[in-house]
Amino acid sequence: MVELKEKAEAEVRAEAEPNVIEISALDERGEPKPYKLLNDEVHRAAAAGCDVIRLRDVHGQRFLAAGLEGRVRLEVYGTPGNDLGVFMDGPTIEVFGSAQDQAGNTMNNGKIVVHGNAWDVTGFAARGGKIFVRGDGGYRIGIHMKEFRRHRPVVVYGGCVREFFGEYMAGGLLVALGLDGRGKAASRDPGREVVGSGLATGIHGGVIYLRGDVPDHYLGVGAVKRELDERDRKTLEPVLREFGEHFDVPLELIWEKPFTKVVPASSRPYGAYYCGKLI
Amino acid sequence: MADIYHEIPPRFQVEIDREKCRLCERCTVNCTYDVHSFQGERIVARSENCVACQRCATMCPQGAISILPGKITFAPHYTYSDRIRRIIYEQASTGGVMLAGSGTDLPYRVIFDDLLLDAAQVTNPSIDPLRETVETVTYLGRKPDRMSVAEDDGKLIVSRGADYPNVELSTPIVVGHMSLGSISYNACLAILRAAKEVGTMVGTGEGGLHPDFYEYADVINSEVASGRFGIEPRYLKEIAAIEIKIGQGAKPGHGGHLPGEKVDAVISETRMIPKGTDALSPYPHHDIYSIEDLAQLIGALKEASRYRVPVGVKIAAVHNSAPIASGIARAGADFITLDGLRGGTGAAPRIIRDHAGIPVELAVAAVDRRLREEGIRHLVSIVAGGSIRYAADLVKVLALGADAAMVGQSALIAMGCRACQMCHLGNCSWGIATQRSDLTRRLDVDIAAQRLANVFHAWTEELREILGALGIDSVESLVGNRDRLRYVGPNPKVAEVLGVKHAGEPWSD
Amino acid sequence: MNGFPYRGTWDKPATPPGRLGRIGEACGIAALVNLDGRPESGARIGKMIRTMVDRENGLGAGYAAYGLFPERADLYCLQMLFDDRGALERAREFLGKIFRLDADEEIPTHPVATLSGKAPICWRFFVAPPKEADGQEDDYVMTQVFRINAELAGAFVMSSGKDMAVFKGNGWSYEIFDFYGIGDYEAPLWLAHSRFPTNSPGWWGGAHPFNILGLSIIHNGEITSYGTNRRFVEMWGYRCMLLTDSEVIAYSLDLLLRQQRLPELVACAALAPPYHFLIDEMENGGARELLREIRVNYRPAMLNGPFSIAVATNYETPTLLGMTDRKKLRPLVAATSADGNTVFLSSEECAIAILGEDATEAWAPHAGKPVIAGVGRGLVRRGTEEYFQGLEIEFSNA
Repeated sequence: MVELKEKAEAEVRAEAEPNVIEISALDERGEPKPYKLLNDEVHRAAAAGCDVIRLRDVHGQRFLAAGLEGRVRLEVYGTPGNDLGVFMDGPTIEVFGSAQDQAGNTMNNGKIVVHGNAWDVTGFAARGGKIFVRGDGGYRIGIHMKEFRRHRPVVVYGGCVREFFGEYMAGGLLVALGLDGRGKAASRDPGREVVGSGLATGIHGGVIYLRGDVPDHYLGVGAVKRELDERDRKTLEPVLREFGEHFDVPLELIWEKPFTKVVPASSRPYGAYYCGKLI
Repeated sequence: MADIYHEIPPRFQVEIDREKCRLCERCTVNCTYDVHSFQGERIVARSENCVACQRCATMCPQGAISILPGKITFAPHYTYSDRIRRIIYEQASTGGVMLAGSGTDLPYRVIFDDLLLDAAQVTNPSIDPLRETVETVTYLGRKPDRMSVAEDDGKLIVSRGADYPNVELSTPIVVGHMSLGSISYNACLAILRAAKEVGTMVGTGEGGLHPDFYEYADVINSEVASGRFGIEPRYLKEIAAIEIKIGQGAKPGHGGHLPGEKVDAVISETRMIPKGTDALSPYPHHDIYSIEDLAQLIGALKEASRYRVPVGVKIAAVHNSAPIASGIARAGADFITLDGLRGGTGAAPRIIRDHAGIPVELAVAAVDRRLREEGIRHLVSIVAGGSIRYAADLVKVLALGADAAMVGQSALIAMGCRACQMCHLGNCSWGIATQRSDLTRRLDVDIAAQRLANVFHAWTEELREILGALGIDSVESLVGNRDRLRYVGPNPKVAEVLGVKHAGEPWSD
Repeated sequence: MNGFPYRGTWDKPATPPGRLGRIGEACGIAALVNLDGRPESGARIGKMIRTMVDRENGLGAGYAAYGLFPERADLYCLQMLFDDRGALERAREFLGKIFRLDADEEIPTHPVATLSGKAPICWRFFVAPPKEADGQEDDYVMTQVFRINAELAGAFVMSSGKDMAVFKGNGWSYEIFDFYGIGDYEAPLWLAHSRFPTNSPGWWGGAHPFNILGLSIIHNGEITSYGTNRRFVEMWGYRCMLLTDSEVIAYSLDLLLRQQRLPELVACAALAPPYHFLIDEMENGGARELLREIRVNYRPAMLNGPFSIAVATNYETPTLLGMTDRKKLRPLVAATSADGNTVFLSSEECAIAILGEDATEAWAPHAGKPVIAGVGRGLVRRGTEEYFQGLEIEFSNA
């Protein structure tokens, strides 16, 4: 009986076995391929109906999955270059390494999971989709994120981020947890702060959650701190669970420390700034 | 014998709309130049007395008064213009020296208007000053050649040499020297309040500081001029800065004279002279006949103020400003104020106001260049005034090399001045350039202070806007950055003196 | 790359440098230093810069090596480019008049087929200043370098420091690598730069690194405060002949570090000071006061606009310094080798990651804060510390 059941399950698995293709990002001399060549292969594989595209030995090739649509899954081993997933609409990218600058730039939909760090300007102007980063971020993360109709972008960093987090934010959800970059509570670098100054400067939509407190003078123009309520917890819960599943971080650890919420003070903070009816 | 005084066609034509006029006589009360009078059943306007101060028209509840250009034309003559003929007629009648208030109204080319600013495109990002930090903090004062900091075994040892007092300004705009005497107590008070709110500095003008105003001592720039009025220990010790006045843009080489009849109780207390006596400011300082004498006065002021505040020197922008400024820097001044040709005044001989000195744009560029060539630019801050009309001039004068801009006329305009240029008559209908108590009451101090503060805030925001467009997030990186200016005027020599390229010329050829 | 409309050639830019306009930069930078002083070939630095090929456009690249001539470490090495033999001979005669010429040699070069235009003659001179310059050798050499570059037609000094040299030219980073045979040199400290100039055609002298005496700099970005900074350094005797913002950064640092002997942390704070509102909130009173003084006293030295730089000096020991502008508008990451002996800097993490097992996980230095690492000094700063962290600050009034 038991054997029969296992056999049946194996058959089901085989049927569901995704169609995987592996692509090396190195050329025959062992040098990194130019990004256009590599992206040609990615787009071809996606067009051919591959479910999973596995990129090996990626070394700084830019624009991976640029403008790619559909439900394909891209696994990146190595260090993808700037503008990872730029203008992407739907696919999932998982990076086993660190991303560089501008990951998820103007992304419409899809998901980017980064097991290392992702530096500056992650999620710039993203209109939808999700970005999960286990480690640290740099400057201007989530700058000018916006939401539209059903789309509401989400960016979660497990580690710390720097200045101008959520600058010009117009919509969506930004989270930084201040963990040690490997999903552990203990800090590797004592005194490192979850976020820097210029926080949410110019924010006029969306919401930011930061694990821990933030000094008042870090708040940018038009940003205010608020206490979390039950609704916030409900918003955060599924997002944090998804983060925890990707990186094996227990939810209890995350909730150990209270969060700070940052929202816009007004949706039109500069009403009285301009004049000009006399001349 | 007939009257020696020839009637001259009026400059302005005052018209009263009889339909609208309700004979309330407010115009007759408000006019300080004897234009309006109630005669029989109507208001009669004597156009020949009108100075176009607009007081009557503004105060008329019916909007019944129009002030138009004079209706009697002179036969056209380019060389003997209306203006020239009027001057000759007036001098023929009186034999007097023509006096004028405000800055020159002659159409000298405003070089600011021939300069265009740069903006960041692609190779560097512009900055949004509404949401990002763009700093306008400015320090006026001498800087050391270098800082002395030694690193030794986990220690940084900072050795300070001499004292380098600097005034911190929240924005690179200061108010120039308009004395209590040239303007009213209320006008002075409004300016002080505005400066305090904004975080900048105000010059006292020649004439000391009224005891009431010591409340604002931390925004006061005490002027030490040739008359030495009102100088007492606290005038040198409790204030933000001291400035020796050598000259003024509107009247380089000229002194000052406040007639005794204007020296009332308020002015007497301020200038520390008896009521009713003339307050005469000699043409030169009679303890400064040479540069080493200036050094001596600077030294005396530094000693008296215990080196706590910077001591500056203000000169009119003249042909030899650059070497003069070099001498002033070497004489120990901590800042130099350059007051340009178009600078204002309460009263000055027209011959000087209209014909002596050079535009501040050229003076700043020349002085900045000279001080750099001599390796002493850091010894002094440069303040530039004399027709800084609005924020665009402020930005351009900083790029030409000034650390801060000085304003006068535009501050008065913010408070309500209509620039009719009759300050020297002392009958300012707006209550600004007058000591008549019936007129000074007209200026609401709270409103005037707020209006002026609004202008300073607006200029600072506009400065931040343009810094953002230039991709600069702190104003010190604009100072002397002439590479961000281009010239579009008619005279390439001007561009050369300014050290500015012509529009269309890129960084590289 | 052939047919690129602004492909400069040696023939064209051999016009006197004074006539060139200002050049903006947006480029790739890579650097490494072995803390124990072990020399290594240029292979690794070459690999790093080549990995970021998307950052360059073939209009200039260069390398600097420190600890290159230990047997002649007391002599200034003038690493020079010449239009032709005539220029070389004129320069030799001129150098003989102003210096004591110890030795000279042709810089080995290798023909690279893809390099367009005529390659210059590359020659190096090992010189010592005359006796009259005793005590002021550095200033003497600096003045002569300015003179040569301004006045000696067809000659250009790439670098003028001791025990170091700059190798640069107009081409892609791998072409310049091959042209000079960078892999054949061994040094404990390397800089590499690839260029994407925006405002002018490339030319050999305009490539990075920019050097003056023992200081070399590679730079990515464009300084919006150039005019202010240029007038500042010119006031102290520097001559900005190449009219690039990178050149002005080199002179600013030479002024602050060498002439004024400011500690590196103070000089860096002068170039990229924190905002006033952050200074006001600092808990460390000494740091707060010192930063305020720096902001008051070094206003024209502040570099505005985007930049990331890597700087090499050898005042006491070969030292690498890397930092960005205070807003962090240009990229910079750092990492150490697995054994901790090598410190890497790079525009992009991929250039470090490609070294594989050799490198640990990269970190990003904070805006305006330097990474400092030197031979025998160790990794002094990661660029993530508080201002003057761990230093006691003492003020003494004379």
